Amino acid sequence: MAREVSNRRKALVTVCAWAIGIAIFFPILWTVLTSFKTEAEAIASPPSFLFFDWTLENYSTVQERSDYFRHFANSVIISFGSTLLGLLIAIPAAWSMAFVPGKRTKDVLMWMLSTKMLPPVGVLIPIYLLFRDSGLLDTRIGLVLVLTLINLPIIIWMLFTYFREIPGEILEAARMDGAELWEEIVYVLTPMAIPGIASTLLLNIILSWNEAFWTLNLTAVDAAPLTAFIASYSSPEGLFYAKLSAASTMAIAPILIIGWFSQKQLVRGLTFGAVK
Amino acid sequence: MATQHSRAAARIMISPAVLLLLGWMIIPLSMTLYFSFLRYNLLIPGMEEWTGFTNYEFFLTDPAFFAALTNTLLLVGGVLLITIVGGVLLALLLDQPFWGQGIVRILVIAPFFVMPTVSALVWKNMFMNPVNGLFAYFAKFLGLQPFDFLAHAPLFSIILIVAWQWLPFATLILLTALQSLDSEQLEAAEMDGAGFLNRFVFIMVPHLARSITVVILIQTIFLLSVFAEILVTTNGGPGYASTNLTYLIYAQSLLQFDVGGGSAGGVVAIILANIVAVFLMRMIGKNLEA
Repeated sequence: MAREVSNRRKALVTVCAWAIGIAIFFPILWTVLTSFKTEAEAIASPPSFLFFDWTLENYSTVQERSDYFRHFANSVIISFGSTLLGLLIAIPAAWSMAFVPGKRTKDVLMWMLSTKMLPPVGVLIPIYLLFRDSGLLDTRIGLVLVLTLINLPIIIWMLFTYFREIPGEILEAARMDGAELWEEIVYVLTPMAIPGIASTLLLNIILSWNEAFWTLNLTAVDAAPLTAFIASYSSPEGLFYAKLSAASTMAIAPILIIGWFSQKQLVRGLTFGAVK
Repeated sequence: MATQHSRAAARIMISPAVLLLLGWMIIPLSMTLYFSFLRYNLLIPGMEEWTGFTNYEFFLTDPAFFAALTNTLLLVGGVLLITIVGGVLLALLLDQPFWGQGIVRILVIAPFFVMPTVSALVWKNMFMNPVNGLFAYFAKFLGLQPFDFLAHAPLFSIILIVAWQWLPFATLILLTALQSLDSEQLEAAEMDGAGFLNRFVFIMVPHLARSITVVILIQTIFLLSVFAEILVTTNGGPGYASTNLTYLIYAQSLLQFDVGGGSAGGVVAIILANIVAVFLMRMIGKNLEA
């Protein structure tokens, strides 16, 4: 009897959860579906859900007209470049704070987090003018630099919370066993640090890929990543729903896939280890 | 345990990060501060002159400033309210056992990975458009007049779009927190006769307090700087109806080329963000210790 009630309850929860899940996901699903329609079908009333003539035409049109692949390449270079550069600077910093904590380590960490609270618009003009005068406007290297700096505090925090969990005793044990410093780093520390570094890498690629203040303000044509590519559809091309959908699908698909793979690390990464 | 030697090494390892962040803070900030006291327009170069607090006077007495400040608070507050209330309810639901948990989780988290320009344009055109949007279709289907969301309720529409992007984040964090709740404690309370409401108020809410703090902190950082969603949907309009501080300062700086005025606005935005930051840092400092 009790079992039956709990099964009925489970069925009810299943229905509710799926309904809400699909409702939340619906805009993305609808965008993907619309990208395979013709423009006429995209605004047809009543809207057709699955029974339309599927076409790939929009994808080739978007590529031909606005060169998707160049923007895609820009997004890849900017997000991977800034994340790797950030890791290069952050790993030693997080490392030393986690393993050789001083009296002021906590203050330094809080200070780093506080730089993240600086509203970007507060430094928009100086950065814009500095970029204009040094020829960095609309260049990929310029955006890599800015995104590295704005994500650096987050990268350091994430790494710090991962490194902090590596027990220091294990190093002493290795040393007792006669390991050299480089052996310690290569055989003991690196394998333990890699999962943390990997999830920090993934999360920061997601954040940089979707960053839409600096990428919109500091690029025009040459260095424009996908965020800016889509913004160019705001009008009047935005009224061509099928093409807008195809462009949108191509802009979000790569990161959606990375995101789904990294969802487990997402929580602890973005909450700086406060929620696990 | 740490020797003198390793301390010195630690200092060297940390210095590139500290120096870069220090430079990133000090150089542009002092430039913004300096420009804010100048009459400086990019369209009339070579005419820069010291004007004292004139830029601040103009910025702070501009009705647009008050509108933008209100809109910023409404935007941040509205999105926080929707995402936290919605996130708690959704997390409670998803915490129950049901079939297909993994897939539903994937569906719910998806909007977080959608870039702001895409979500804003998709909502604007394919859902909120009063002629061809899906909402207009349903309105007509029900025999109602289609509502022009972005023309008549621009700020509310933007709040909805941004809340859609951040609801997954809040849900995921709160769900993770709920799952770490000791189920024995809940069962004990249930055996003692505590109803769901009592269990929720006296056990779950205190347990969730810390994660809610974290959600508020992180979302506020990002929500104060909402920009792309406004740029591609309403351009801050009609009038100043959907202009937040970030957008107002952007418009003054890069659309009107008023470097002086924009910088004064930038300084004001930094001061306001710092007021929020002090509260938030105190909260996170306290909560992260626990």
